[in-house]
Amino acid sequence: MSSITQYFSAGRTSGKHTLPFVIILLAVTALACLSNLYLASDSALHVSTYSITLLGKYLCYAMLALAVDIIWGYCGILSLGHGAFFALGGYAMGMYLMRQIGDRGAYGNPDLPDFMVFLGWQQLPWFWHGMDQFWFAMIMVVLVPGLLAFIFGWLAFRSRVTGVYLSIMTQALTYALLLAFFRNEMGFGGNNGLTDFKDIVGFSLQADTTRVSLFAITALMLALVFVISRKILSSRFGKVVLAIRDSESRARFIGYRTDRYKVWLFVFSAVIAGIAGALYVPQVGIINPGEFSPINSIEMVIWVAVGGRGTLIGAVIGALLVNYAKTRFTAILPEAWLFALGGLFVLVTLYLPKGIVGLYTQLMEKRRPQPTKESNA
Amino acid sequence: MSALHHSLNSLRETFRPDQVWPFLAPANAKVNVDKNVILYVEDLNLSFDGFKALNHLNLYINDGELRCLIGANGAGKTTLMDVITGKTQCDSGSVFFGQNQNLLNKDEAEIAQLGIGRKFQKPTVFEEQTVFDNLELSLKTDKGVLPTLFSRLTPTQIDRIDNVLHIIGLAKHRFMLAGALSHGQKQWLEIGMLLVSDPRLLLIDEPVAGMTPQETERTAELLTSLAGERTVIVVEHDMEFVRSIAKTVTVLHQGSVLAEGTMDQIQSNKDVIEVYLGEQEATDGVITEGVTL
Amino acid sequence: MQRVPFSTRTFLLKLRKNKEQAHQQETLPLLIPWSMTLRHFIALCCCLFGLLSLQAYSAESSTPASLSVNQPPAALAPLMLKLTQVKYSKLLPVLKAIEANSDESMLPLFRTMMNGDLYFIKANKQLVQRIEVENQDAYRGIFSQQLIANLSEQAVSKIKVNNRLRGYLRNAIARIQLTSHSAEVRRGAVQALLSSLDEDTVATLERLYSSESNTKVKEEMGLALAINTALQTELPNSTRIAAIERLSGSLETTVRNKLNQLTYQDNPDIKAAAQAALTKITQRVERFGFLNQLFFGLSLGSVLLLASIGLAITFGVMGVINMAHGEMIMLGAYTTYVVQLMMPNYIDYSIWVAIPAAFLVSALVGILIERLVIRHLHGRPLETLLATFGISLILQQLVRTIFSPLNRQVSTPSWMSGSWEINPVLSLTMNRLYILAFSLLVFFALVMVLKKTSLGLNVRAVSQNRNMAKTMGVKTNWIDAMTFGLGSGIAGIAGVALSQLTNVGPNLGQDYIINSFMVVVFGGVGNLLGTLVAAFSLGIATKFLEPMTGAVLSTILVLVFIILFIQKRPKGLFPQKGRAAE
Repeated sequence: MSSITQYFSAGRTSGKHTLPFVIILLAVTALACLSNLYLASDSALHVSTYSITLLGKYLCYAMLALAVDIIWGYCGILSLGHGAFFALGGYAMGMYLMRQIGDRGAYGNPDLPDFMVFLGWQQLPWFWHGMDQFWFAMIMVVLVPGLLAFIFGWLAFRSRVTGVYLSIMTQALTYALLLAFFRNEMGFGGNNGLTDFKDIVGFSLQADTTRVSLFAITALMLALVFVISRKILSSRFGKVVLAIRDSESRARFIGYRTDRYKVWLFVFSAVIAGIAGALYVPQVGIINPGEFSPINSIEMVIWVAVGGRGTLIGAVIGALLVNYAKTRFTAILPEAWLFALGGLFVLVTLYLPKGIVGLYTQLMEKRRPQPTKESNA
Repeated sequence: MSALHHSLNSLRETFRPDQVWPFLAPANAKVNVDKNVILYVEDLNLSFDGFKALNHLNLYINDGELRCLIGANGAGKTTLMDVITGKTQCDSGSVFFGQNQNLLNKDEAEIAQLGIGRKFQKPTVFEEQTVFDNLELSLKTDKGVLPTLFSRLTPTQIDRIDNVLHIIGLAKHRFMLAGALSHGQKQWLEIGMLLVSDPRLLLIDEPVAGMTPQETERTAELLTSLAGERTVIVVEHDMEFVRSIAKTVTVLHQGSVLAEGTMDQIQSNKDVIEVYLGEQEATDGVITEGVTL
Repeated sequence: MQRVPFSTRTFLLKLRKNKEQAHQQETLPLLIPWSMTLRHFIALCCCLFGLLSLQAYSAESSTPASLSVNQPPAALAPLMLKLTQVKYSKLLPVLKAIEANSDESMLPLFRTMMNGDLYFIKANKQLVQRIEVENQDAYRGIFSQQLIANLSEQAVSKIKVNNRLRGYLRNAIARIQLTSHSAEVRRGAVQALLSSLDEDTVATLERLYSSESNTKVKEEMGLALAINTALQTELPNSTRIAAIERLSGSLETTVRNKLNQLTYQDNPDIKAAAQAALTKITQRVERFGFLNQLFFGLSLGSVLLLASIGLAITFGVMGVINMAHGEMIMLGAYTTYVVQLMMPNYIDYSIWVAIPAAFLVSALVGILIERLVIRHLHGRPLETLLATFGISLILQQLVRTIFSPLNRQVSTPSWMSGSWEINPVLSLTMNRLYILAFSLLVFFALVMVLKKTSLGLNVRAVSQNRNMAKTMGVKTNWIDAMTFGLGSGIAGIAGVALSQLTNVGPNLGQDYIINSFMVVVFGGVGNLLGTLVAAFSLGIATKFLEPMTGAVLSTILVLVFIILFIQKRPKGLFPQKGRAAE
């Protein structure tokens, strides 16, 4: 019997960050929303709508970082193409928002988005049908990145493409999509992408309340994704995933079809990235092929590396910190940002392999001279 | 001409009267050991860049037997295990588990799920996870994605893990990370992972490397106790150890079976003496592995 | 009177501008608006100068000193005088007379006249040629070829030409050239005559045909005569059909045009023969078009080979993922640019300085990266990938800070420019040819280094079994640094080559890095021959897909193909076998 209690007590330790994280996240969100809506704009505690949108953007990035961490930190698959899933989710949302413009565009065509009128198209391409329905667009947000991840993952993992090869393949994937979406003929607005959105499910995107709601929804989704990911990763499925990261062939000899585990984890991760992209687009107001560029995808990886991979909380912290630094840096010294980012890549990989969270745990363990060995036994 | 021959052959294979088509056969049919033979390896060939790692190798293992494989480095012992467990594709030949399970068209995971467990030469455990988790992962359960996602440990399974923990002497270390174990403890953990998965056939590659004499003795006891209920194939260089456990020994040389029999028969076998002693003289006393015959 | 030179000049300026724009559009899209305004500015300046000089010199009427030298041969003097006197409607007989009585020495006169630059000095009827010196008009004697100073626009008068005269002059020039001593000139003359055969020309050709000694020229002449024969409706069918058959062996555009004309004639036999000849020619043209495409494919392949060959060493042999490889290429290209800046008067030789310089610069940077970063990440490929990516960002930004984010243009040495015209439909640009040869040279040099030198032996030893090599006394640290330096240095050389094809900018490397990785992975990691085959097959595949799908789509298709290929054969075209490979 004692072993049962021991087992469950041990099981709980892995999720010890979840509850505090969710509470803090939701509390901060609630405070920020309330202060924006109910405090006078000259109050010292007032959070401007600009800041709300910025925070919302950061939370989208945090969700994206979570997606990268799930696949990289927990399963050891370094995807340099998660920007593609993010952008696909964003495009699905962008198409919905584009259809919501209706006849308020520059050309006043109720059926065709402006850029199609500009290109002289006569009718809506088939893949734009249904995108004027919110529910349909939301299904696409999940389905398109998920399907792409499934096909790619199924092909790649089944033929045992691993490590650096896989990373390069994912990079090539997003590069190919980048080139494709730049083409006007693709029907996604080419170079300019989709923009000039007016409203979402009937609410104006310019209104403060809409923006605050979007921010709150993003925070809720992040919390939800965090909890679900935690649940999945602490189940036996999660243990198999860790086992695959540490020794895939061994996991296979135990009897696990590792390719299937990897494919489903990859799909899960891609879906999270897609959702993050869908939440991102209405807040920043534009989606263009630039989101597919390989450098974006690789930047996400560095967020995770800075925060500490293999810990969900680390991914979130890393995304928030790096993006905050980016905002500040580009405001003060725009040229220096790339130097700083490049330096960050090098320093983190060289001196901080476990990221900030790893550093923190190391420091905590130093404080407690006798670690857990005896106490666990 | 050969193309015609080939297609005729494949046609003949398709319409064999003695078996049903693969897609009609029940997916996870039980291993059929009516003839008391659990592993048939016939005419196995494999070459790497011209080097024949396996050369017309034939091997039959009886159900419940404990068989030792010995041979010098490059004799094909590990390669044979690789082929049986699906790690390496062979060039030609056949490997059947029981009478009805063709191992050559299955991948590692399927083979493992059939009940063939393997312990590697170099201990490989999941170092970032606890000893307990390592054993939990190895449990004999449904290993599909969804069942794994929603599975919970039953009390029976926990007892089973506890039991194995005591057998391998790691009960005190159950929540320690496997990476923190000593080399010998990792060996034991790996054996424990095999035990907990309840296999029909165990392939064990050098189990006692890095173990103390006492531990070696315990391993020997364990392996002999396993035989009968399960079938065990051991590859080992430690001849004392082989002598202490083996009833039947197979000597591999240059990818094929050189001799088979009891330890005493092997030691007096002319071919074996010629190959080993001759080789030793030829290499002028350089001690290769698989010495002291 | 003064309006005429002004308008011709602006016209000429426009022409030149168009030509330059067309050239720039290929290479320098960003700078077009800027250069346009510059052109306008220069044109404006010219007009202003013209007006100024008009006022300044109007009072002067001095006699230029060097006039006495500028005299035609005595026999032709009366004719020359006539040139300045008769109306241009009556110039043709005068010109015919000049042609009949002259040789190559009259070529400058005819050429100048054809271009509308022939003037005469009002005072003494001397013939002069208008030229442009430092954006100002100036005049030189047509026979002396010497500049005549202080000649104002008012002191001269233009000898006008119309299209008919120009046509005549063109043929006359060619006819005169037919008697030139240089076979090359004679051949060019025949080719120039092909499209405008008149009686005089045919007569001249017939006269010269039998005495022509050079076979190539003779062939061209025969072609011209055959065209003439084929077009003569009064000749018997058999003669014309024979001529048409003779024409079917030629690839000249003129020949095709003429044959096309023949297919619209009423005579059914001629029509059929012309049709057959055209089909034959079209087939040949298609074949050469295929060759042309193949050449472009090979050229792209050579660029890919150069870009990926260094990667084949660092990634393939050392197993190090260097995402900053593209930036090594970029550094090489910028080195070329700097070298040209430092020796502006020796552009033709600059490339010989740039190649070793680029190799050194990139190799040193590579060694620095290896020592400072990559060494510490040994055995952690994914981390290496990230760290080197960071380095690539830093290098890009560094270049942007030093050289500005704008593209820089590197000039091509004269011996590398131009093209090799094999026949009228197939001409290969020299720089691409040189780069193709250069890439193969670099490739084989590298293979030799790896196969034959002790460095190569050590590199291969370390790459196969690091620990064993270490125990054998190989300084693995040193070898790592050297190998990485070698790979990076070759990337630098690739940069020199690329600078001859595209503009040099901070993103130069980014454009090639993914493709280079694709090439190495496609060819099989650790296999130089695989890299060679992969580079050329990918290059050729891209170029052959391009006409069907467009450039972007063909790139995408090739990427998708490789993604699928890697699924099927994860170890590339030429995988390494055996247990060691796992």
